[in-house]
Amino acid sequence: MYRSERLVLCHFWAAFAAFVPAICLGVFQMVARSPWLEVRDPKMYYSSVTAHGSFFGYMFPTFVAMGFGYAACANALAQRIVGQGFAWLGFAMAVVGSLAALIPELLGKSATLYTFYLPLMGNTWYYVGLILVVLGSWVWVAVMLANLTVWKVRHRNAPVPLAMFASCAGALLWFWTSLGVTIELLSSVVPYLLGWTATVNAGLGRILFSWTLHGIVYFWLIPSYVAFYTLVPKEADSRLYSDTMGRIAFILFLVFSMPVGMHHIFGDPEVAGGPKFMHALFTALVAVPTFLTVFSICASLETGGRLRGGKGLFGWIGALPWDRPMILACGLSLIMLGLGGAGGLINMSYGLDATIHNTQWVTAHFHLIYGGAIVIMYFAIAYEIWPHLTGKQLFSVRMARWQLWFWFVGLMVTTIPWHIVGLMGQPRRMAFYDYHDPAIAPQAPFVVISSIGGFIILLSSILLVINLLATQLQPKGELEHRLRFALAVNPPIRVPRVLNGFAFWNVLILILLVVNYGLPLSQLLFFKQHTTPAFPIGVTQYQEK
Amino acid sequence: MSEDLLRTGDLPEEEISRAENRWVLVVCAITVLIVVTFTVSIAFFRDAPPSSLESISSDEIHRSGEFVESNLGTAMQLDGSAVVRLVLQQFSFSPSVIKVPVNTPVTIRAVSADVVHGFLVIGTNVNAMVVPGYITTVRVQFSHPGEYTVPCHEFCGIGHQDMWAKLIVGSKADFPVDPTGKQRF
Repeated sequence: MYRSERLVLCHFWAAFAAFVPAICLGVFQMVARSPWLEVRDPKMYYSSVTAHGSFFGYMFPTFVAMGFGYAACANALAQRIVGQGFAWLGFAMAVVGSLAALIPELLGKSATLYTFYLPLMGNTWYYVGLILVVLGSWVWVAVMLANLTVWKVRHRNAPVPLAMFASCAGALLWFWTSLGVTIELLSSVVPYLLGWTATVNAGLGRILFSWTLHGIVYFWLIPSYVAFYTLVPKEADSRLYSDTMGRIAFILFLVFSMPVGMHHIFGDPEVAGGPKFMHALFTALVAVPTFLTVFSICASLETGGRLRGGKGLFGWIGALPWDRPMILACGLSLIMLGLGGAGGLINMSYGLDATIHNTQWVTAHFHLIYGGAIVIMYFAIAYEIWPHLTGKQLFSVRMARWQLWFWFVGLMVTTIPWHIVGLMGQPRRMAFYDYHDPAIAPQAPFVVISSIGGFIILLSSILLVINLLATQLQPKGELEHRLRFALAVNPPIRVPRVLNGFAFWNVLILILLVVNYGLPLSQLLFFKQHTTPAFPIGVTQYQEK
Repeated sequence: MSEDLLRTGDLPEEEISRAENRWVLVVCAITVLIVVTFTVSIAFFRDAPPSSLESISSDEIHRSGEFVESNLGTAMQLDGSAVVRLVLQQFSFSPSVIKVPVNTPVTIRAVSADVVHGFLVIGTNVNAMVVPGYITTVRVQFSHPGEYTVPCHEFCGIGHQDMWAKLIVGSKADFPVDPTGKQRF
């Protein structure tokens, strides 16, 4: 790990320390809005949704991406991380920011939900915290790129190892995509909090937020895809089918994940049909790298399965080492990715979106893709690197397998009924529903089944944390500290410059952003705009009324 | 592990490229099919989301213009179509019972008096956001009479879960055209 163990471990513990409590909030929400208990406490409910969403949207994946990025940097480049002091500074900023944002939420002072749609206005510390998390993550971006540059200077013309190349694509993706929400905060929220203005432009805020809202999902996804390409083939006793295909896939994610965000606001009045349609077209393109990845990973797995003695059209599947957490997680992840991806194609279809927009279908979709397909690979990453971080064997591989299965079953039991009630028209983000209303009553049994899934997920998350903790608490271990990544079937000797760096792609991103966001933003200049008063929202404000 | 079972060169690069190129063609075909499907649905069925791009000052809507209280509800037009005007605010719709004629072109125009709201007529494709400062326009024709549930589907504050309306699709005969243009349903 080239003396980065402690840095990586701290990032992963920052992600997993609050994992079980944050899952508990999710379970509480599912029970609270189900006909089981009918808690009917909207103040507690919306505070809980805000904390659950902020943790899982902004903090948990950021710490995983940062930690795994540093692990890839040190191990793939086989060098000590340059600027480790800055890395610790970024970590400290992100931790302090997370606490500053989460505490007011848990105290009920900032129930904006994690999307903080203007003109709703949360607690000052919530925004200060978020800005600190973003700034801390930008320090990570800078450290990653600095290490890439230093390595490239030392190894002229050598292909950058895929794990590092892909992690840097993720870092750049995050930088570009986080600009949207940063501009929203600086242009609308901060001037209000400082007392410079009493009003905000809600439409402008939504356009800027949509810039971040889809790219951020791909930022969450990158660590899992890095694991697909660089860890899964090795665990299948195989090699990566194609190094070039991997580079192309990560570049496509980087380029196409931002100029598509307005598919989240198809139903909005502040954007014209043309830009919305353009974003729908680009969204269809962003499915391409996922299709490529599924092929590459399946081909790598098939190669491994056949080498292990699998025969026939499907015999190689049975020959794979399913007892290894990485392979099991990969298989379960691909199933969830397939189901969730099909739902995603419906969401992005310009007209079809109207049947499901802002219903529980959407909640089901992103829990299946992110909570399911992406996060299950985070677990596999943790199981893979914990022994390298600590030098100790994983406490229990059997427990890890149970944990992954519980997670998969829990996610399925939760999200399938959610999709169904979404199609029945149940709106998302509501503290409770009146199941006595004959129009809503048929949804009740599905909501009950779905909430059972929450408890299975909770059980899984407890097993995860126990396993990681128990691994670390074992007596001193002797395992190798270096994390090794999969070789390609034909390791690259020379790589074209455009597939070995990001200069060209950064220019292309800038052009696409100017076209796809510049157009709708400049449209706002051509007709009279009306700002609206901000509405502070926290439980305490309502108590004072 | 891997080094033992598979050596560099066991699978020639040409073979890998051939397989990949075939797959890339499949992916391109899928992508084109998706794009063509939703483009055709827009071109031939006008299956497009509402995108009116009209602005309005939300602190004036109660006092003057199109969205004053006496003008809300359903107004039959001289051409036989209907215009529904709605104001959404924390935490109710005005009017909270919307009545429209069946098999008639209906234009819904909605504004917000405060924060972001949204509405969904459950069981139909009417689904739009209502952002303060803008007018949301949705065009629709209801072909089945009956009572529809209309929730606000964007979080708008602590009372969000109480923000529901009803939409009643009734017989055309109950919506006579008023030549003065003043009658509201």
